Amino acid sequence: MFLCPIHRQPLSIAVAMLSLALLIAMPLMAATDSTKTSLSIVGPWEVSTLEPSRAGYLFLRMQVAEALISTDLEGKPSPGLAERWQVSADGLDWRFFLRPQARFHDGSPVTAASVVMNLQRALSQPGVLSMAPVTGIIAAAPGEVSITLSKPYAMLPMLLAHSSAIILAPAAYNDKGHVRKMLGSGPYQLVRQTLPQQLELALSPHWQGKQPAIKQIHYLSASRPETRALIAESHQADLVFGFDPASMQRLRNNPKVVVKEADLARTITLKLNSGHRFLNNAETRQALSLAINRAGIAKGILRTPELAADQLLPPGIAQWHQTGAGFPKLHTDLERAKALLSAQGWQPGPDGILQRNGERFALKLNAFPDRPELPIIATALQEQFRKLGIEIKVIITNSSEIPLGHRTGTLEMGLVPRNFALVPDPFVALNQDFKTGGGDWGAMQWQNSQVPALLEKIASDTDPDAQARYRHDIILTLQQELPVIPISWYRLPVAVHPQLKGVKVDPLEQSYYISDMYWSSK
Amino acid sequence: MIKVLSHLLLRRCLQAVLVALLVSTVSFFLMHSLSGDLAFRIAAGRYGYDMVTAAAAEAVRVELGLDRPLLQGLILWWQQLLQFDLGDSYLSSAPVIEEIREQFGHTLQLALSALVLSVVIALPIGLIAGLNPHGWLDRVSLTLSIILRAFPPFLLGILLILLLSSKLGITNAANASHEHGGLFLPALTLALSLAAVSSRVARDAMVEVRRSAYFNFARTKGLSDLLALLRHGIRNAAVPVIAYLGVQLVFLMEGVIIIESLFAWPGIGHALAHAVFGRDIPMIQGTAIVMGLLFVLCNTLVDIACMLADPRQRYLASRRADA
Repeated sequence: MFLCPIHRQPLSIAVAMLSLALLIAMPLMAATDSTKTSLSIVGPWEVSTLEPSRAGYLFLRMQVAEALISTDLEGKPSPGLAERWQVSADGLDWRFFLRPQARFHDGSPVTAASVVMNLQRALSQPGVLSMAPVTGIIAAAPGEVSITLSKPYAMLPMLLAHSSAIILAPAAYNDKGHVRKMLGSGPYQLVRQTLPQQLELALSPHWQGKQPAIKQIHYLSASRPETRALIAESHQADLVFGFDPASMQRLRNNPKVVVKEADLARTITLKLNSGHRFLNNAETRQALSLAINRAGIAKGILRTPELAADQLLPPGIAQWHQTGAGFPKLHTDLERAKALLSAQGWQPGPDGILQRNGERFALKLNAFPDRPELPIIATALQEQFRKLGIEIKVIITNSSEIPLGHRTGTLEMGLVPRNFALVPDPFVALNQDFKTGGGDWGAMQWQNSQVPALLEKIASDTDPDAQARYRHDIILTLQQELPVIPISWYRLPVAVHPQLKGVKVDPLEQSYYISDMYWSSK
Repeated sequence: MIKVLSHLLLRRCLQAVLVALLVSTVSFFLMHSLSGDLAFRIAAGRYGYDMVTAAAAEAVRVELGLDRPLLQGLILWWQQLLQFDLGDSYLSSAPVIEEIREQFGHTLQLALSALVLSVVIALPIGLIAGLNPHGWLDRVSLTLSIILRAFPPFLLGILLILLLSSKLGITNAANASHEHGGLFLPALTLALSLAAVSSRVARDAMVEVRRSAYFNFARTKGLSDLLALLRHGIRNAAVPVIAYLGVQLVFLMEGVIIIESLFAWPGIGHALAHAVFGRDIPMIQGTAIVMGLLFVLCNTLVDIACMLADPRQRYLASRRADA
């Protein structure tokens, strides 16, 4: 009884304080309203710096910066900052003619000198341009850039389309040569940044090309796939990229969410140390491949059965994907796998693990968690190989342990989500991976001269029919020799606002084609 | 009072110097004792796994001088520290102090909002529950406290997004800016976890006050319940609550790392997680020093607040200062 009055008083104090909490919160609750000319994008990519070699890919995709060369959805070169180009008869001198009306976002004209400065910088930084045998980059004439090579390299336009070779205004760099402002020449300019999470873009007044319908863009990096999926479900962003398999399935089943997907030139492969005494013949590697239940992994882990990889590159990469009826596809056959190993002298031990000359068939498999499905696939492989009689120890570590293990020769197996679209043509990544001596993410201690020779021919031969033959022979040899074992392909899913039209999903991840998008009332 | 305060501040300043030296040295050795090749790890952090190659790693090794002996590296680091220079980030190449200044502002905004929100939620609930121990409000708030504290902040955050953002649509799920409602959900997630415990601390403190002789005397001499509470109750109950707010800072710092990632909040917790993965040693050392100094500062503020609230503590402190 004595507490009754005091009960009422603190209760009103409590109500007042909770109301205060709501008052504090209310201004924060104001939701963003999209107008017909604005677009909000959410993706997993963080921008911790403006440096082209590290974050140029996002500014290229968002059409803030341009490279000399662009590419279409099929990966064919198209005009970028260079409206046209020509190559000398001997293939050693390339001339690029700049778009005359091109302006940087500070209003200064795009000159041959500024392009040369950017390309020379790109050549000295980690990137792809150094893969070409470049001997000189000069301003040959106003609006004309010349790149000379020591030997013909047909893929030069593809390297110039890479994000590390974007062209920025001279004023973008400080006196130490670091990028202090993002001053590109694309339709959109950076107006505000909260690194590493947020970018605000607006249509550049200096853009002379076709005027896009989208005038303002807001980009937010949300590193957690769960957050991105919830944002997509509640339509709090117009374009949302990248989901984990579980969220993806939920989004597909949600009738209110429009999901567009494109096959990526990215494949989860099992990188093998072909110099290892257990793995140094093709039959053993074929046995490993036959033991992998790709359909199970694609259905159970990736929740998309059609992603089971029957060859290195997916159907979306038409130039490299082999569709001929006689082309041998990778498949599962555990009994055949056991027979192949038995023929190599491997016999089951008392614990079911194969033995040969007193040695157990035990290997280490390195995987990394940057893509959440990788550790799960690694453990699935562990179980599938155990059925074959191979003991696998899964090591979840940093991604760099795989190239490091390649260099030191200590890597046994590595699970790799290999991106074959480092530049728009998968040739460049394939050349990195399967050239003589192998590559950090590709073949390791693999003895083969045929594939490097075919890659050399593609680099120098411009005949399309001959190139198609070389591509077929390369994929066939890789399919038979299996220096890396393809496991599954990838798809890029994008959740799109139902009223946003003109959305194209680029399988090569070169552009979001924002300038082609528009809002529709339907 | 001034003598007591100056004595306290002098002691805390000395502690701050020691903390800075110790934290920076320990973090230096810890980062260098981690397994893996530093240059490869940094290259992976800088360029992403698609572009990390042996060539990129070697370029990083040369650029950052990673081949120098450990002792030489430590001496260089101490020299930099004496000049108040935290170096440049290995990943972004920007000065660490600039990065921390930018990110720390966001974290401070989030942490303070969470703290204020937690006090606003916890104090009324705790005080009312303490005035009527074992009543229905006490039992309900105890159950809610247990549930909320048992939930990992990550899960609680997702549930709040589902409820307040996806279902009710009253706020954005994530937005790295205050004006678009990006602060509300992460602050609420942290605040609920904090309030789960601080409401119980407030409740227990209130129960103690209610049982005390001075509170009963105040009632007996004729003060109303409200006046007794305001004049004699709240101040006494505040001391353990203030002290506990200091302890909660540790939880806040733990919480912001995962909460900032979940809600795409560009704060120091999120940056620290990335720096650890990318072996951005200057960034980790700088962040560790700033966080260490922050703890010293907060503990100092809590001590001062407790002294202001409780004259007994002022008396004890002045006797210690005289001694």
